Amino acid sequence: MQRPLRIVLAEDSVLLREGLIGLLARFGHQVVAAVADADALREAVAAHDPDVVVTDVRMPPGFQDEGLRAAVALRAERPGLPVLVLSQYVQRSYAADLLDAGDGTGVGYLLKDRIGQVEEFLDALARVTDGGTVVDPEVVRQLLRRHRDPLQALTPREREVLGLVAEGHSNAAIARRLVVTEAAVGKHIGNILAKLHLPPAEDTHRRVLAVLAYLRA
Amino acid sequence: MEAPNPWQALARPRYPFGPLPWRAAGYLASGAVGGAAASGVLVVLLVCSLLLVGLPLLLLAGVALGGAERRRLRLVDRAPAADPHRVPDAPGLAAWLRLRAGEQATWRELAYALLFATVLWPLDALALAVCVGLPAALIGTPLQLAADGEEAKAVKVYLVTSYPEAFAAALLGVLLLLVLAYPLGAVAGARAALARALLAARDDGPADGIGEVIASRARLAAAFEAERRRIERDLHDGAQQRLVALTMTLGLARYDAPPGPLADRLARAHEEAGRVLTELRELIHGIHPQVLADYGLGAALADAADRSAVPVETSGVDGALPRLPAAVESAAYFAAREALANIGKHSGATRARLAAAHTDGVLRVDVEDDGRGGADPGHGSGLTGLADRLAVLDGTLTITSPPGGPTLLRAEIPCSALSGSSSPRTASSSARD
Repeated sequence: MQRPLRIVLAEDSVLLREGLIGLLARFGHQVVAAVADADALREAVAAHDPDVVVTDVRMPPGFQDEGLRAAVALRAERPGLPVLVLSQYVQRSYAADLLDAGDGTGVGYLLKDRIGQVEEFLDALARVTDGGTVVDPEVVRQLLRRHRDPLQALTPREREVLGLVAEGHSNAAIARRLVVTEAAVGKHIGNILAKLHLPPAEDTHRRVLAVLAYLRA
Repeated sequence: MEAPNPWQALARPRYPFGPLPWRAAGYLASGAVGGAAASGVLVVLLVCSLLLVGLPLLLLAGVALGGAERRRLRLVDRAPAADPHRVPDAPGLAAWLRLRAGEQATWRELAYALLFATVLWPLDALALAVCVGLPAALIGTPLQLAADGEEAKAVKVYLVTSYPEAFAAALLGVLLLLVLAYPLGAVAGARAALARALLAARDDGPADGIGEVIASRARLAAAFEAERRRIERDLHDGAQQRLVALTMTLGLARYDAPPGPLADRLARAHEEAGRVLTELRELIHGIHPQVLADYGLGAALADAADRSAVPVETSGVDGALPRLPAAVESAAYFAAREALANIGKHSGATRARLAAAHTDGVLRVDVEDDGRGGADPGHGSGLTGLADRLAVLDGTLTITSPPGGPTLLRAEIPCSALSGSSSPRTASSSARD
């Protein structure tokens, strides 16, 4: 079992908010503040200094992308604050905005459908909290579909690996899924980064850069 | 039968004995009086407009005067003078003022008001004085003589001392009145023609009716758009949230349930709920994609390209387009999406190109494919519906699709950007409702 997290939650639907509090509590996490709009979210983060923020995109007062904007603003104020954004839509623009805020680490953009996949959701939350990048598989799927042509340089296996990288999985997790060794995954990723013209540098987040390059394409 | 305009009436043999000279005189008289009053108002408003506050008032005065003048036109010109103003799309004073300030008709009315207050009314008065005042003075000579007893000055010039002379002058006045009725009518006709040229809608006759039909069609389209958004919002805030909560509960139950037939059934229910959620998500997206309101047409088109079954190459989308009026963004988006859907279903194409640009006040969206062509806008209500939707916005839909391809669908909508910046953020708060 992973370490208990202190979470600030922003979700305007009471049903979902209470559900999420219960779900997170069931797995030992503590929701230190549950709020219903973007302004309250920013106040709650200032007051509680949580381990991770989980927020909806569409919230009062305008029911547009207030939650997302608040998340981007929070990331600007507190670099490195892990934020997981839940959306009812698969939207590249939202994901790109979020990943652009800061260096793209410690952020996640997930479809709300994923909450139902309890373990997947908690796994994503843990990865974001640990500084990982999580992008909803549905977004990744769309991107891979659209960029079929530029991706022709990649082998089918490399495409598969890139998809899993973009979703935010570690090499070990990818190796488990594809039932190959971790070394093999590392080799695939090396090839992908080379084909995407991302030469080794500073050992930073080339994986994230690869995802960003695709999101911005 | 009433003659349609005073010019034609002049040619009739009985013109001087009919009502038309009187009407012409009435028109000029009311013009002289009204113009004198207008010049007074105008001076006040011009002084005010120097202090800036008066400019809207000046425009309003022009609009008000224009309306009065169109009605006054009926005195001499029975043909309907259509109101050249458009009907506002939205209720409220602000929308009305915005529309009026932007209309050519308003400024033409202002020009007429200035002309009326400075030049036209003295001319009206002069024509009236010559054509009616002079004969009337002559006709009044016997009365003048009777009042004075000894002498009268006909038209203040010619001294009359006897009744025969006085009656001769009166007779001359009557003849003069009949003769001068012609120039009187001509001047009134010219004045009416000038007023009509500046104040009436450019296309007479059915134009006003068509203007109203177009306005009501635009209102219908806007109402339809608002209804789409309401349905989208209701589904999003209601059914979708409940379904997410349901799948969450089922997911948790499945996690906690010991392996066995119950866990299997829970798993099936969970998966089914997940599928329903996916379907609902797609349905909501199809009704009105939220990205269109949040990020604008460019991002929504990029999203449509992402979702296309056929690989789509894009240009000019994503950040390159400014925010445009919501109705325009919506119409262009659905046109592009329908085109992409058709490409996926019918064209047999292996690739498509989607380009969007807003230049010189026209939004142009091109969707092209390398398929077999032969698309017929006459068949399939999808394309016809799109053409109608664009037509409401004065836009056009052009499809070139020779057999063997390629097919090009082009939507063009004249519109101006909501803001100078192309940043997708700037206008997003105003994009909803």
